[in-house]
Amino acid sequence: MSQPPLLDVRNLQVEFKLKNGTVRAVDNVSFQVNRGEFLSIVGESGCGKSVTALSIMKLLPKRVAEIKADYVKFDGQDITNLSENEMRKIRGRRMSMIFQEPMTSLNPVLTIGDQLTEPLITHLEMSEEESNSRAIELLNMVGIPEPEKRLTQYPHQFSGGMRQRVMIAIGLACEPDLIIADEPTTALDVTIQAQILELLKDICNRLGVAIIMITHNLGVVAAYADKVNVMYAARIVEKGGAPEIFGKPSHPYTIGLLRSVPRMDKKRGGRLATIEGLPPNLMAPPSGCRFKPRCPMAADTCDSSPELKERSKGKNHFTACFYSDDANKKGASIYVSDKDKFKLIKVKKDKPVLSVRGLKQHFGVSFRSGWLSSVSGTVKAVDDISFDVYPGETVGLVGESGCGKTSVGRAILHLNLPTGGELKFNEKELNQKSVALVRQDMQVIFQDPFSSLNPRMTIGQILEEPLKVHKIETEEDARSKRVSELLTKVGLYPYMRDRYPHELSGGQRQRVGIARALCMEPKIIICDEPVSALDVSVQAQIINLLEDLQRELGIAYLFIAHDLAVVKHISHKVIVMYLGKVMEIGDSDTIYGEPKHPYTKALLDAAPIPDPKKERGREKIILKGELPSPLNPPKGCVFSSRCNFVTEDCRKASPELVDFDNNHLAACINIDGGK
Amino acid sequence: MLAYTIRRILLVIPTLLAVAVLVFFVLRVVPGDIVEIKLAAEGGIISAEEIQKEKERLGLDDPIMVQFYKYMIGLPRGDLGISLWTENNVSEEIMSRIGLSFELAILSTILAVLIAFPLGTISALYRGSILDYVIRIITIGGIAVPSFWFGMLLIMLILATFGNLPPLGTISIFDDPKTNLYQMIWPALSVGYRYSSVVARMLRSSILEVLSEDYIRTARAKGVFERIVIVKHGMRNALLPTVTVIGLEFAFLLGGLVVTESVFNLNGIGKLFVDSVVRNDLNLLQGLVLTVATGFVLVNLIIDLLYAALDPRIRYQK
Repeated sequence: MSQPPLLDVRNLQVEFKLKNGTVRAVDNVSFQVNRGEFLSIVGESGCGKSVTALSIMKLLPKRVAEIKADYVKFDGQDITNLSENEMRKIRGRRMSMIFQEPMTSLNPVLTIGDQLTEPLITHLEMSEEESNSRAIELLNMVGIPEPEKRLTQYPHQFSGGMRQRVMIAIGLACEPDLIIADEPTTALDVTIQAQILELLKDICNRLGVAIIMITHNLGVVAAYADKVNVMYAARIVEKGGAPEIFGKPSHPYTIGLLRSVPRMDKKRGGRLATIEGLPPNLMAPPSGCRFKPRCPMAADTCDSSPELKERSKGKNHFTACFYSDDANKKGASIYVSDKDKFKLIKVKKDKPVLSVRGLKQHFGVSFRSGWLSSVSGTVKAVDDISFDVYPGETVGLVGESGCGKTSVGRAILHLNLPTGGELKFNEKELNQKSVALVRQDMQVIFQDPFSSLNPRMTIGQILEEPLKVHKIETEEDARSKRVSELLTKVGLYPYMRDRYPHELSGGQRQRVGIARALCMEPKIIICDEPVSALDVSVQAQIINLLEDLQRELGIAYLFIAHDLAVVKHISHKVIVMYLGKVMEIGDSDTIYGEPKHPYTKALLDAAPIPDPKKERGREKIILKGELPSPLNPPKGCVFSSRCNFVTEDCRKASPELVDFDNNHLAACINIDGGK
Repeated sequence: MLAYTIRRILLVIPTLLAVAVLVFFVLRVVPGDIVEIKLAAEGGIISAEEIQKEKERLGLDDPIMVQFYKYMIGLPRGDLGISLWTENNVSEEIMSRIGLSFELAILSTILAVLIAFPLGTISALYRGSILDYVIRIITIGGIAVPSFWFGMLLIMLILATFGNLPPLGTISIFDDPKTNLYQMIWPALSVGYRYSSVVARMLRSSILEVLSEDYIRTARAKGVFERIVIVKHGMRNALLPTVTVIGLEFAFLLGGLVVTESVFNLNGIGKLFVDSVVRNDLNLLQGLVLTVATGFVLVNLIIDLLYAALDPRIRYQK
C-alpha cells in the first residue's frame, strides 16, 4: 500500500473505573481505516463498539474512563496523547460523529442554524454571513427543503429523519476526513433508514470521506460496508472484507450472528439458529476465549485466549478462533440440530378465533392554532380494516411507525374503544361488556420488557396476579406449582420466581412477559413489537419460543412489528398497513415473493438483506418523503403522495382491496404499473 | 411569542377572581367573632346589645351575600374595606408594610443569585472534588439552619466585630438609601443564605443533568470550545428548573417572614399577618391573603414568560 491508512488503531484498551469494580469495555482492539473506506463495527449491545468509537474521538467521561493504546494514528499523527485543546481542533473539523438518537442529540433551545454554523465558526472562522450561506448549502445537500426557513427553526419542529439529516449536515460541515456514525438509523423506520443511509453513502463517496459505521443490523452492513469488524465481549473476534465475512465466516460467533437473523430472501420453515445464553458480564469475563460458554464447538483448548490470526496470506481476513477452519467448513450446521427442522403446520381455516370487520378507530383531536382559536380534526388511526385470525395461525401486521398497527391491537383488546366496525371472538360479538368475559382468552405481550413489568413485584407475584384475579387457581400451592410450570415452559427456571424484574436480562424479561400472557391459557396473543428491543441472538431465542408454543398449544398470534424479516419468518398471513388502511394482505410467502402494491414493494426494498451479493445486486425503489400527517391525509389513495407510480386517477378515490388470487388482496388501481 | 404572552396575561384575570372569591368565603367559615374579642379587650361586662350595635356599625350583621357584594365592588377600585380593629383603610395599612417586605425579597433574591450561581456552577463542574464537598456542606447548612437563628448569629457577629449593633428599624429607601441599605442588608443576608442554598443545589443538579444529555456530547463532538459548550449549550437548559425555584422562593418572601422580621425589628407584612389572625380581623386578613396571592400569581406569570423565552418548545406548543 502506497498510502498510509487514515486511521490506524493499535491495541486500544478502555477501562471504566466503577464503584463496584473495573470494566474493560474495549480489550486490545486494533484496526485500520483507509481514506474513503466504509468500515462497519458489528456486535450486540454491550460488546464495546460504541465505546471504541467514543474513545477514538476522546468523548468518554474522563472521570471514569481510562484509554490506553500503543497508538491511535490519525492521518499519520498519533492522537493518544494530544491535549484536550488539540483534540478539540480535530473533532468536528477532521473527524466528526453522528449519534444514534436524533431526538435528543440536538439542543432543544438553539435554532438549527445556530447548531449547524457552530463548527464552521469555530474551526473555519467564517463570518456569520459566510457560515449562513454554507449552512443553506449543507441543508440543500442533505435534502432538507426550504433551507432558509429551516435555519431559524428549532429541533422540535423537525421529524426524526429530518433531525438525522441535520446531524449529517453538522458532521459534514467542515468536510472532515472521517465520519463515525453510531447506529445512525436504529431509531428510524426502514424507509427513512434507506433514505438516510443512501444519502450518507452518496455524499461520502463524492467527498471521499471515510466512514466507521457502528450497527447491530447485519443488513445495513451487507449493503454498504467495505470492511467489517465483528466484536464480542470487548474484543474483535473476526475482521475482514464484507464478502469474506458474509461469504466465509469463520468464527462461530459470526456464523451464529448471521444465522440467527430471519431472512426475507429465504423460504419460511425451520427454527432460527440461536446462540444459547447471554454475552458475559465484563466485570468478570470468562478466562480464555470469551465466546466459549456459548460456543457449540468449544473444547478444552479454548481455555486459553485465541489470537486474531490471518486466515490466508494477503486476504486481510482475521479470526480469533482455534477451530476457525472447522467452523468455516461446517458453517451454520454447527448451530442446527434435528429438533430444529420441522414442517410448517397447515392452519385449518374453518372457524376463525378472531374476526375483524370494518374496524375503525378514529380519534378526535384539537390543538391551538392562533391565540384563543383552535383547530379540531379527526385522526383515522385505523380506517375500515377487516381480517380473520384462525386457531394456530400467526397474522403479521407491518407498516411504518404511525401507520396504525398498534391501534389495531389496542382496539381489539378494547384498550381503546373502537369507533366502528364489528369484532367477533370465537363467533361471539365483542363489545365493551362482553370483552371482560373473554379477556382471559385474549392476552398481550408488549414491546418494552423493561417498563411493562412492575419493578416492585417479584416474578412470582407478577405471574400469580392474573391467576388470582381471574380465580383460576385459588389454592396457594396450586398457584405456586403453576408458576413453576410456566417458568419452565418459557425457558426460565422455577427459582427465578423470587427475583425482581431488574435482576433479569431483557430477553429473560420478555420471557416473563410471555409467561404472563400464557398463564391464562389464551386462544390468541396480541404481540406488539415483542422482539424489537432485543439483540439479534436473543431475538432468535424468543421467536423460536413463540413458534414452539404455538405448535404445542395451538395459540393464534397477531404479530405487530416493523421488522419485515421477522414478520416474514413467523407469520402465515401478512397485512401491510399505511395511514390506517390496509394496502395489501395475503400469505406470507406470496406477499414477500410477489408483492403487488407499490408500498409493499418499497418497504421490502428498503429493508436490507444480510447478504452483500444479493443486497448490492438488487434494484431498489426508495420512497421519497415521510409519512404525511394523519390529520390531513392525501386525497384519494392515502399512499398517492409518496407513490412512484401515481396517476391522476389515484387522487380521485380511495382504491378498494381487490382479490388477485387465493386471498391475496391489494388496494391499488395501477397494479400493472407497479410491476 | 407575543400571542403566548398575551394569552398568558389574560389568564391571570380569572385566576385572581377565583382567588378573591375563595378567600372571602373560606375566611367566613372560620369561627370566632372580632367584636367579642375587641370589646372583651376593653374589659368590663359586655351586653348582647352592645355587641349587636358594634356589629351593625361595622356592617357585620349584613347578610353574607351583601357583604360579598360590597367586597367585590370595592376590589376593582383597590378598596379592600377598613380594618375591623383599627378602622384604618386596609389598602393603606398593607401598602405601608408591603414596601418593606418587597425590598427585603428583592435584596435577598439579588444576594441569593449572586451567591448561588457561582457556587452551583463550580460545584457541578468540579463534581467530586474537595471544592464541591465544601460548597455542598455550606449549602446543606443553609437549608438546615433556620433563617432567624442565622440572623441572630449575624447580629452577634456584628456586635462582636464592630462593637455596635446595626441600626435596627427602618428608614425608607427613598429618604436615605445608604442607611436603608445598611439596615436591610443584614436581614437580606440572613434570608438570602437559605435562599441561595436552595438555588445553588438546584442549579448544581440541573447542570449535572444537562451535561449528561446527548446534545452536550454532540456539541463536544463538533469541537466547540468547552466554555461555549457549558455556557451556551448547558446553562440555558439548566436555567429552566432554577428559574422556577428562584421565582417560588421570591413569592414566598413576599408573604412576609414572621420571625426574621421580629429578630431585626422590621415592620413587614409578616407581623401584620399575625396580628390580623390573632384579632380575627377578617377584612385585613382577606386583604393580606389577596395581596400575597396576587404576588404569587404575578411571579408565576413572570416565570412562565421567562420559560417561554428560554425554551422554544413552550412558545410554539401552547
